[in-house]
Amino acid sequence: MSDVILQLDSISKKFDGKDILKDFNLELHRNEFVTLLGPSGCGKSTTLRIIGGFVKPDSGRVLFDGTDITNLPPEKRNVNTVFQKYSLFPHMTVAENIAFGLKLKKKSSKYIADKIDYALKLVNMEGYGGRNPESLSGGQQQRVAIARAIVNEPEILLLDEPLGALDLKLRHDMQRELIKIKKEVGITFLYVTHDQEEALMMSDRILVMNKGIIQQEGSSKSIYDEPQNAFVADFIGESNIIDGIMVKDLLVKIQGVDIPCVDTGFGTNTPVDVVIRPEDLEVVSKEEGFLKGTVTSVIFKGAYYEIKVLSDGYEWMIQSVNPAPVGEVVGLTVLPDNIQIMHKPASDDEEVVRDE
Amino acid sequence: MSECRLKKINRRSFLASPYALWIVGFTILPLIIIFKYALTDGAGAFTWDNLLSIFSDVHIKAFWFSIEIAAGCTIICILLAYPMVLAMKNLGLGRKGLSMFVIILPMWMNFILRILAWQMILSNNGILNFLLGKLGMGPVAIANTPAAIMVGVVYDYLPYMILPIFNAIMDIDEDLIEAARDLGAGGFTVFRRVIFPLSVPGLLSGIVMVFVPSMTSFVVSDILGGGKLQLIGNVIEQEFTVGYNWNVGSGLSVTLMIFVLISMMFTVKQKSEGKESVIW
Repeated sequence: MSDVILQLDSISKKFDGKDILKDFNLELHRNEFVTLLGPSGCGKSTTLRIIGGFVKPDSGRVLFDGTDITNLPPEKRNVNTVFQKYSLFPHMTVAENIAFGLKLKKKSSKYIADKIDYALKLVNMEGYGGRNPESLSGGQQQRVAIARAIVNEPEILLLDEPLGALDLKLRHDMQRELIKIKKEVGITFLYVTHDQEEALMMSDRILVMNKGIIQQEGSSKSIYDEPQNAFVADFIGESNIIDGIMVKDLLVKIQGVDIPCVDTGFGTNTPVDVVIRPEDLEVVSKEEGFLKGTVTSVIFKGAYYEIKVLSDGYEWMIQSVNPAPVGEVVGLTVLPDNIQIMHKPASDDEEVVRDE
Repeated sequence: MSECRLKKINRRSFLASPYALWIVGFTILPLIIIFKYALTDGAGAFTWDNLLSIFSDVHIKAFWFSIEIAAGCTIICILLAYPMVLAMKNLGLGRKGLSMFVIILPMWMNFILRILAWQMILSNNGILNFLLGKLGMGPVAIANTPAAIMVGVVYDYLPYMILPIFNAIMDIDEDLIEAARDLGAGGFTVFRRVIFPLSVPGLLSGIVMVFVPSMTSFVVSDILGGGKLQLIGNVIEQEFTVGYNWNVGSGLSVTLMIFVLISMMFTVKQKSEGKESVIW
């Protein structure tokens, strides 16, 4: 595994006696786009700051290219950070901001000038070199911050919710642009966000975190399609999560109805969590459905209708291109493929599941 | 809506009238009187002589001495303030901490009392020489020297340098410092390239608040200089109280005022180029 660039080896960190990270392990490969995804307080930013050198772990090691850098200060590490609040130096122009790291490395002025031009072009900010950062919009400031980090040719670029302060439209544009930049410079990106859509769209690999532990690790598709516990299912996209009983292989009982599924190996009559994505449920006539319920609301969301159906005390959420009549009794069906069965967690700590 | 608010402010502006009266009675009127005395001779005829009397030997000597004391005091205050503020910042002593209290505490005591205390400390048989004697070191004759005056003005005005610099540095976003370190800057480079440039508005406020009063002070030199070392403030005081030559006293005051205003213009110009800062 020579292409492992960074390794976190059983890192633990407490703040005020509270566990932020517990025996945390992570490997980053060269030229990979990895996202740490989780709610605030899950330890994702702390992980980033440990790699950046701003936080010292209580125990465990940070290995960079096989060398222990746990005690190395941030200025000696070959990683650079893009901060959420941009953090451009207000007393310098855009060009001076970008040149900051290069000047400290005593590069020639020709080299620096070329790099500034290259970086401004890369982030679509040609001609802005002489501007004052405070005269730029949020999106432009973040582009400059990215340029400022990238000119130093770090082996890893750390991005701490870099788009968090931007509006939705701009965020989408910047996501596409980040992917483009990543392809162009070919370095490892470690991206931190709480926005699941952002993570799904950009990452090669996602680590879903909660309570300082990796809940699930895998590609965007595997995380979305096969959440391994209720936390991941709930956090990634919208889901119907309901108690069920695995009657036997390939058969699950939900709300007293036996429904065929594709999962095996749960034993017989085992209580489980069942996840069904809203877009996988189909509204049919009450005779055709596995489940029956009353339509309680229909909301037009642009690309689809969001329909809520109350059945046996549980409100199912359905996304459909066709509306349904409110107040009427309808049936719901789902393909066996689209039913996701998960073990119930025995305790909080057992919420950890790894995707192989 | 904003017009409405403006009207409200206008209606309430009469509340400022006591202060306006105060300003007119105790600042503007005296200024006019000073100018009148400065531009006339004893008989009431117009003359430039009072303004030009700054160039007489005794006066220009006192003037230069004042500049030396003021500039020296300002520089020493700057050199003391930065390490102090940086230490406070690094130790995480915020705006409400004990250290801030200790800095502000002397400002609550009467100015004359503080200077008299320094007289006790620095005098030939004073506390300083007593302590030095205990340590087996010879007595030093600081009392009634420029050094004593310098000690007095630095002690008096140091808080006015520390506070604006402290405020400017505490306002610097911690992210900026992390960004600088992230880009490869070590401790001193962070100070030189980020902290210091961003503290300049506070520094300029500090310079104004230390240089001007130390330039024009006369009580410190009276008490710690033994009355022999004359600052321009002492000369002016004596023209009024001893010599009863109000015309020359006023002339020197106006000259000093013009000098101070010109030197401050440079500072304010510098400041308006950067971010505007409230003094504190």
